[in-house]
Amino acid sequence: MKIALRLFVLLITLAGGVYLGKVFFGRSTSIPAPMPNYFKASSSSADSSAMGAGVVTGRTFNIKPGQSIQEAVGKAKPGDLIRIFPGVYHETVYVDKDNISIQGVIDGGEWPVLDGEKKLNDAVLYSGNGVLVENLKITNYKGNGIMGQAGNNYIIRNNWIVGSGVYGIFPQFGKNGLVERNILTGIEDAAIYIGMCDNVDVRFNEVYGNVAGIEIENSRHALVEFNYAHNNTGGILAFLTPGLPIKTCADVIIRNNYVYNNNTKNFGAVGSTVSHIPKGTGVLVMAADDVTIENNIIFGNTNSGITITDYAFAGINHANDPDSDPYPDRLTLLDNFMDNNGTDPIDEVKVLKKATFAKPGLDIIAAGGGNGNCIVNPDRYITIGLSKYASCPPHDTHLVTSYMLDKPVRPRATTDLEKGKMTYYGVCSGCHSYNTRLIGPPVSVIQAMYKGNAKGIYDFITKPTHKRDDYPEMPPQNYLSEETRKAVADFILTVQK
Amino acid sequence: MKQFIFIASFLLLLISGWRYMASDHQPQFATLCSTCPPGFELDDKNRCRLRSLYQMYENKDGNNPGVGGLKTALPAVRDGFTPQQIDLGRYLFFDPVLSADGTVSCASCHQPDKGFSDGLRTSVGITHIPLKRAAPSLWNVAFLKNFFWDARATSLEEQIAGPLYAADEMGTTRDQLLKTLNGIEAYRDLFRQAFPQKANTPIELNEVYTCIAAFEATLISLNSRYDQYAHGYANALNKNEIEGLNIFRSFVARCTECHTPPLFTNQQVAVIGLAEPDHTFDEGAAKTFNDPTLKGAFKVPSLRNAARTAPYTHSGRFEKLEDMIAFYTQGRGHEVPPTEKLRIHWHIWEPHLRHDEIDRIADFISALTDESFKPQIPEAVPSGIKLKKEPLTHSLSLK
Repeated sequence: MKIALRLFVLLITLAGGVYLGKVFFGRSTSIPAPMPNYFKASSSSADSSAMGAGVVTGRTFNIKPGQSIQEAVGKAKPGDLIRIFPGVYHETVYVDKDNISIQGVIDGGEWPVLDGEKKLNDAVLYSGNGVLVENLKITNYKGNGIMGQAGNNYIIRNNWIVGSGVYGIFPQFGKNGLVERNILTGIEDAAIYIGMCDNVDVRFNEVYGNVAGIEIENSRHALVEFNYAHNNTGGILAFLTPGLPIKTCADVIIRNNYVYNNNTKNFGAVGSTVSHIPKGTGVLVMAADDVTIENNIIFGNTNSGITITDYAFAGINHANDPDSDPYPDRLTLLDNFMDNNGTDPIDEVKVLKKATFAKPGLDIIAAGGGNGNCIVNPDRYITIGLSKYASCPPHDTHLVTSYMLDKPVRPRATTDLEKGKMTYYGVCSGCHSYNTRLIGPPVSVIQAMYKGNAKGIYDFITKPTHKRDDYPEMPPQNYLSEETRKAVADFILTVQK
Repeated sequence: MKQFIFIASFLLLLISGWRYMASDHQPQFATLCSTCPPGFELDDKNRCRLRSLYQMYENKDGNNPGVGGLKTALPAVRDGFTPQQIDLGRYLFFDPVLSADGTVSCASCHQPDKGFSDGLRTSVGITHIPLKRAAPSLWNVAFLKNFFWDARATSLEEQIAGPLYAADEMGTTRDQLLKTLNGIEAYRDLFRQAFPQKANTPIELNEVYTCIAAFEATLISLNSRYDQYAHGYANALNKNEIEGLNIFRSFVARCTECHTPPLFTNQQVAVIGLAEPDHTFDEGAAKTFNDPTLKGAFKVPSLRNAARTAPYTHSGRFEKLEDMIAFYTQGRGHEVPPTEKLRIHWHIWEPHLRHDEIDRIADFISALTDESFKPQIPEAVPSGIKLKKEPLTHSLSLK
């Protein structure tokens, strides 16, 4: 009886402690919102296609609850700003045009919320260049919070993504981007996933309670700085994943981050790459090259502070890729503050530990192949597998303040002549050749009809009328932009063969 | 009515007969075409160069060409063949004389009206016995880096040699092919036109490969309604198709992760875990790369004109796009035989797509159809073998 009473008291105390802990430190009830960050509208009306994200030169659409964000995107032109006022929206917003800014308005602590209700796939999809997405709270989507496909010059900032799908923020195939000041939690793969991108800064984000906090995958020139990655399964990752069309992951700086207690049980989907990450992983480098890890605080990650691995040890169980080098090469491990890591490692690591007679704990483990790697002051840490690591020459990365480009990626400057040519051969030639009859009349005949009258051709292709009984009516070509139609009309008059 | 049909068919017969005789007397292939096919500009060195609106997105400072989103440049293209080589390639492509017994041409399995595939689960060659794998479409092969379902060839020329000399496909030999072509005066003349710098020497195999590759590399399909949308015309796709596009590129369905625009393939091999209809397991790219982790890996096919190329997969498993799409939502590895341990691609998971979502994806894939540059089938071929209107493989039904 006494024992039972004691147990009961103990339980009550524990429960009370957990409750109080939640009240004071808990995130489940009141997740802190990121600080809003407003941008200035530019007064210059530059060539919109070459603008960076967040330069507003056009109209502003104000969207209030009950209105459709997508409808505004449909109407918007490059350089326009779409402001979303507090309230709840159930939409997938897709932006397939350039230089659109989507900005949530946070008013008195009230956010605009995109709620997928666990029915919708993604909150925001974009393919345009120069897209900005900020100040949105995103929750309950099944796929991505914000996903970009081949949009360059992007800014994704100050969003608050909670329990929303597979990836929180996922720019893919984008060049020159900024992902900053976002807070993400409850994501079953990577909260911030930089996939096959170039020139990106990921900074001032807080990621916690995800399977992977920040993942740089098959990307080049990524600066991951001033992020707070805690209570994930793995904090910050740099991966070269095999089987993707981009075959390198290189020049990644992981600097000044706080990587703390990433000991959450892995809840990744079966078969996903991150499902193989052991809980308690602080920083993980798999097969990526030229990664610098500098001046981070890496603390309390129970498997290992920093894990460096090839495919084999990582056990990702993917098919091999003959074009993908499985080894991490030329890593630079500069000074980091590391403590209290590796207190409860996975069995594979325990086996390695036993073999080395090392003292308890584990800050850095390097397993598998890899060449040209170095470390500063290895004796500061408890390590396994660093015997092949050289001592780094005096070095730091302070000269790198950003990996973003000085100027936005400019689109190819296409002259009217080129545009006309691409359109004539790329589109028109399916039905028209110079002097033989295909589906439509020969170009030589058209030239005779419209001598010196490009405007006539422009008008006709925009809205064709049935002119000749011996040919079928031409479908309208108004899907080509006005500029393109003008260019091709001019070009048609110059074709000589 | 019956009389009318009789008279009409008699007239048709008469016309076609007359045409056939006419072409017999004065073959239209006496002179090869001197202009480029649609999609190509003739440069001043008599080479055909690809022109496409996607070239507007070529930018050495921008992101990688070949894989990305809507406005992404194309991967490197095989162009620069002469109009004459392309035209001669067209004749070779359709000429059954290339096969051992003169019954099978390239076009038997790569039929223009079937998306340059053949509508069969797996193709048949001269032996009339179904082959191991299905005929892949040839649309946009000019952009591909590897060929065959198991990625075992790295050039069109290398690929072409495959079916030519496979005993159960076209079944010929190098010697027989050269002997046959050199024995046909029309071909000797046409090869001289296609390779004018050469003196009066016999036809060589690499010239045959070059011409067929030249023709195949002109099968460009980049003008679908999807492309109009990609270039900026928002109304090119209807509501269902846009919904389909958004499901297609979402991270629930994840189609776009492997079927990546603009070609709708990322040109990788992937293990998706398909069972074979006859329970023999096809190891796929494991053999090509001599790597057991690639067991069951196959090339990711382009989806352009996929609405024309049913049935789907390397073994023709699915007759409808919807069934193919549904495969991906029935569970990771649900078809893998218990005896096989496959390294299934990480993007294969359980997206729980609804029926209407599957339909929307199919709507979107159908909007990738563009056959505006479909080449003309020659009315006659230089060997004089009469082209069957219904090629050999048509007689074999799907089921």
